[in-house]
Amino acid sequence: MNPEKVVFGFFIVLALTLNFGFFVGEIENPDHHHVYELFAVVVVNLIATVLKFGDRSQMGALLLATSLVAILQLIAAALVWTFAEHVYSVGLTPVVTASIVSLSGGAMLANVISVVLLIIETVMLRR
Amino acid sequence: MMENIVFLILRRMRQPLLTLLVVYAIAILGLTLIPGRDDNGEVWHMGIFHAFYFVSYMATTIGFGEIPYAFTDTQRLWVSLSMYASVMAWIYAFGTILSLVQDRTFQDAIAEYKFARRIRRFREPFHLICGYGETGTALVKSLTQRGQHAVVIDIDEARTSVIQLQDLRESVPALHGDASITRHLQEAGLQHPACAGIVALTDDNEVNLKISINAKLLNPSLKVICRADSHDVEKNMASFGTDHIVDPFDTFAAHLAVAFQAPCLYLLQRWLTGREGSPLTEPVYPPQDKPWIVCGYGRFGKAVCRRLEGEGIKVTVVEMRPDLTGRPEEDFVAGRGTEADTLMEAGIEQAAGLVAGTDNDANNLSIVMTARELNPKLFVVVRQNQHGNSDIINAVEADMTMHPSALIADKIRVLLATPMLYEFISLALYQDDSWACELASRVSALVRDEVPHIREWAVDEVQSAVLQEYLHQGGHFTISDLMRNPWQRDRTLKAIVLLIHRRNDRLLLPDPDTPIKVGDRLLICGNRTAFTRMLWTVSHRHTLDYIKTGYDAPQSWVWRKLAARQSRRRRQ
Repeated sequence: MNPEKVVFGFFIVLALTLNFGFFVGEIENPDHHHVYELFAVVVVNLIATVLKFGDRSQMGALLLATSLVAILQLIAAALVWTFAEHVYSVGLTPVVTASIVSLSGGAMLANVISVVLLIIETVMLRR
Repeated sequence: MMENIVFLILRRMRQPLLTLLVVYAIAILGLTLIPGRDDNGEVWHMGIFHAFYFVSYMATTIGFGEIPYAFTDTQRLWVSLSMYASVMAWIYAFGTILSLVQDRTFQDAIAEYKFARRIRRFREPFHLICGYGETGTALVKSLTQRGQHAVVIDIDEARTSVIQLQDLRESVPALHGDASITRHLQEAGLQHPACAGIVALTDDNEVNLKISINAKLLNPSLKVICRADSHDVEKNMASFGTDHIVDPFDTFAAHLAVAFQAPCLYLLQRWLTGREGSPLTEPVYPPQDKPWIVCGYGRFGKAVCRRLEGEGIKVTVVEMRPDLTGRPEEDFVAGRGTEADTLMEAGIEQAAGLVAGTDNDANNLSIVMTARELNPKLFVVVRQNQHGNSDIINAVEADMTMHPSALIADKIRVLLATPMLYEFISLALYQDDSWACELASRVSALVRDEVPHIREWAVDEVQSAVLQEYLHQGGHFTISDLMRNPWQRDRTLKAIVLLIHRRNDRLLLPDPDTPIKVGDRLLICGNRTAFTRMLWTVSHRHTLDYIKTGYDAPQSWVWRKLAARQSRRRRQ
């Protein structure tokens, strides 16, 4: 058992599950999407990204890439939230909520790819 | 290479970045969870955006301001804790960066990267020197003095950093690394199009062998010169086409044989291959009529004995450790040679020559001094092992000194700078010694008491465009024309053309009437002034015309018109 793999697997799966938790619900209804969940997703994804720093394998590079994509989308979602809430003070209108949730949905797709890659790696290298 | 550095940074920064991330996340989360009071005393919760903003400036500057409302005591307690946690996380991160910058591996990686980039940008031809010991130092010095470029690899960092301190005429990039590693050779420009040759001079035969294999595999067109101290390695190197293999002991033994057979040729060889600016040496006449004594039967002793026996000279060997070196069949005395009794036993009083050839300089000196007391008329050959001992070795005034490093450096310098000189010497070996004596006296007349300058010079577009054009137009230009002084054509320059290389022909000491043709390569020896003046002749049309006609034609438009009018008037 490789502890590094355990920790990374834990974070990447946690990122996916949290993202899923944030994502489910009516896309336009702000009550179904909690800000703390988004916060947790961002933090866990950041951790997963940093964990892949300095991994020289081909798989490591791909995982870093997917994590970076997820981070990009999540930060975009967080920015949309911040702008709506604080800068323009329009609040979480259905339009805003929908775009935040769809951005996080994109990030979730990237997380799914990460997990799939992780599974492929595990299956290929039975060590 | 760059990847390496990025990889190192990322690897080392992973832990501190994770710490920072976690500390920030917890601090932000805490701030949003802890209830505050707004201006009206109502309960409010800080949003994630505000919490992120607050933590960002708190963690980096501890600049205060409680936004958007004054904090409650619970919030202040939380902020106090977060402050210490975040400051520590930052200190940890900075500490890691600083230690990374000071890290040896990191610095080496940076230095290697910079070195490789510098070599990649090289545009002028250069020689790659592996090993910067005594030989390498001497070689790089003489190469840079001639304006040639060199790149150095050495495994000892002290040696590569000393290059910066040496007063070399060209800047010499140096890599601290193992030359037997292919990557280092590639970084140093093994496959660079401008790399003209590679010289393996490390003190390890195996490393030299590996360098030469690398060079022949990765860049087969490259000229490879290797130092080798054992015949096994030499054969191995030769088997895959190493261009030149330099064995100091065999080289010296060959010189000794030349000195026996043709003293003038030996003298000439030393003059022509000597370092520019060093004094001319006196001729030596090693005696052949009486037996010789060789002290030390190592690689050097064996090579010398073989040559001496080849000359029909009786040799007695003195060796302290025959169990290590082996011993000849007859005429052998066990002992160091530093004491009078071993030398007496070897027959020092009847001997004509003595070779002090052990690998210990102090012993060699002691042998020479003891032997001279017993037989003052001895011809003495001494082997110098350490460069630092030059002064004391010179003080015994031996007839011949054998210094392996200097010998190799001289030989390789000639191979790299004037390869035609080796061709000349091998052709000269077929001539009588009287031929060599006559040439030696001509050479000594050229230069006062310094070693003559030797240049290889081609009739092509680069080195002599004007002469080439003149010849293409059907002009006739002989060696005696080349030797005319461009300031006063009746005088001759102090130079001799030693060899002309014309397609498959070799003209040894050509006649003054020999015409020079396009594509010729000339080997010329002479004094420095002669070369600068010769350059005028071949690269300046007006000078060339003056040399040919003796008429100093006017150059400017006005003077040309005036001259034309004058000549018209003269004709009328």
